Amino acid sequence: MSILVYAEHDNASLKPVTLNVVAAAKAIAEKAGGEIHVLVAGSGCGAAAEEAAKIEGVAKVLKADSAEYEAKLAENVAPLLVKLAEGYDYLLAPTTTGGRNVLPRAAALLDVQGISDISGVEDADTFVRPIYAGNALATVQSSDAKKLITVRGTAFDAVAAEGGSATVEEVGAEGDAGLSSFVGQELTKSERPELTSARVIVSGGRGMQSGENFAMLERIADKLGAAVGASRAAVDAGFVPNDYQVGQTGKVVAPELYIAVGISGAIQHLAGMKDSKVIVAINKDEEAPMFQVADYGLVADLFQAVPELEAELDKG
Amino acid sequence: MKVLVAVKRVIDAYVKVRVKSDGSGVETQNVKMSMNPFCEIAVEEAVRLKEAGVATEIVAVSCGPQQSQETIRTALAMGADRGILVQSDEALEPLGIAKLLKAVVDKEQPELVLLGKQAVDNDFGQTGQMLSALLGWSQATYASKIEKADGELTVTREIDGGLETVKVKLPAIVTADLRLNEPRYASLPNIMKAKKKPIDALTPDELGVDVAPRLSVLKVAEPPARQAGVKVGSVAELVDKLKNEAKVI
Ligand SMILES: Cc1cc2nc3c(=O)[nH]c(=O)nc-3n(C[C@H](O)[C@H](O)[C@H](O)COP(=O)(O)OP(=O)(O)OC[C@H]3O[C@@H](n4cnc5c(N)ncnc54)[C@H](O)[C@@H]3O)c2cc1C
Ligand SMILES: Nc1ncnc2c1ncn2[C@@H]1O[C@H](COP(=O)(O)O)[C@@H](O)[C@H]1O
Repeated sequence: MSILVYAEHDNASLKPVTLNVVAAAKAIAEKAGGEIHVLVAGSGCGAAAEEAAKIEGVAKVLKADSAEYEAKLAENVAPLLVKLAEGYDYLLAPTTTGGRNVLPRAAALLDVQGISDISGVEDADTFVRPIYAGNALATVQSSDAKKLITVRGTAFDAVAAEGGSATVEEVGAEGDAGLSSFVGQELTKSERPELTSARVIVSGGRGMQSGENFAMLERIADKLGAAVGASRAAVDAGFVPNDYQVGQTGKVVAPELYIAVGISGAIQHLAGMKDSKVIVAINKDEEAPMFQVADYGLVADLFQAVPELEAELDKG
Repeated sequence: MKVLVAVKRVIDAYVKVRVKSDGSGVETQNVKMSMNPFCEIAVEEAVRLKEAGVATEIVAVSCGPQQSQETIRTALAMGADRGILVQSDEALEPLGIAKLLKAVVDKEQPELVLLGKQAVDNDFGQTGQMLSALLGWSQATYASKIEKADGELTVTREIDGGLETVKVKLPAIVTADLRLNEPRYASLPNIMKAKKKPIDALTPDELGVDVAPRLSVLKVAEPPARQAGVKVGSVAELVDKLKNEAKVI
């Protein structure tokens, strides 16, 4: 029994979620046995492959370094996964837009029903996954010979990034499918930590009223070393970019501290943050559902409370 | 360009779902059902493509129980031209649905298939990618903008780091994200007109597709409930609690 983890990276370095997926692989290996290998597919991805080789518990790194993997187009990456799958019983990827895009494509080519977004490993073939925006947890058993799985990063504690000394093996590329091409990217640049791995998140909703007002939250975030998130309403209104969205259809986060400001607490938003360790809600409506999941609730006008919070944090 | 849109009937996104006490699933009796919100966005996009003179015909397809007809009717009222129901009372999974949709695509020969990026019941988010794989077509998931040029589409995709633009050759599969458009409400005259639009019925057997599930659901449970917290009276009290009680700042 062996497990292949599809690493998320930008060629130069690995995305932290890869460590959580390796943790899920370890949980599977405890039930099913077998080695954990990591696939780094990209273009000029040597540095990311070296980093993967250091991950605790990883026995081997497969490096597929070729131009057609530069943009990680699913039409090009899926055939590579299919070829490599011959040697593995499990193929794991993170539940990110990258993982979710490619894994089902490979699964269909292998005639396997993929298992999305697992949050627990019960047995070699049995997994727990949230359904209905996390309002229920389903325990599912797979009858497929191979298991293709995406992993909810926040549900598995990251393994150590250092300590391993895996060999790096080059694997051949499968060619360009010629179906699609990359045009460009507009990535949000930020000095702040990434939402999915931040220890603290300050999130704003429709109550923020404008994009300019998010500067208030950014100042709080900078004092706390936090990331800034948002509700869908705030994104739809154009206050902040789409990648700030937390929720069922945005990012799933589970920081030590989540501060929700002017967010009502719709189930689709809660789906993305209710596993946070400590939740703070600041809302002027005391009936807001966010208060039902908040450890600390402050019923207040945010335009008063947030500047006060900033001043209070300045006191040190 | 002929466009196929896949639509799924799900528990309405705003219903608070309840887990059955025997752990066999969630309560569906007397619960409001609707079209999956991402499918509404897919239908809306197809209708806009038709209004812009890009799409020529829109076929709405749903796989599921007889009642999925209602979901198809909703699509017809929004502007789809005709419907296809692939009727099955089995619990269908994305792989089986993708195979059914492939069989329908083989018959209908559309140039574009629009789907939702995910169905909000099972939250799988797989069907579009699987259909694309089975057809050997290009795929553009999580679309927030679609433009057609000669023989290809330029699609803006919502990705974790921001936005990405790709070009995909036609025929193509595109899955809709939230910000692709805002779906319209069907007008009363259009709801009346939709009643006269044709819906063909097929079965998995007729399409020669094996839809036997690969996953068996052993148990469905409530997630652990969060303990009710406290209300604080002031910002100072909040900061004090975060520092000294929760010790998170
Ligand atoms: C298919 C689907 C998927 C979805 N996915 C997501 C998702 O991933 N993430 C997500 O967030 N949503 C998602 N939604 C949307 C979700 O249902 C809600 O509409 C959304 O979360 C509401 O955002 P909000 O809380 O910012 O806005 P509102 O619900 O309008 O709440 C604004 C809050 O701000 C408070 N407020 C206003 N002014 C002030 C003030 N001055 N001081 C203090 N408080 C104030 C109000 O009391 C209110 O509680 C989805 C919906 C659907 C149908
Ligand atoms: N039973 C179904 N009938 C028609 N289309 C479906 C069905 N299930 C899923 N789809 C399509 O596939 C998309 C993604 O669903 P899923 O992969 O289940 O999250 C949906 O938004 C629909 O467009």
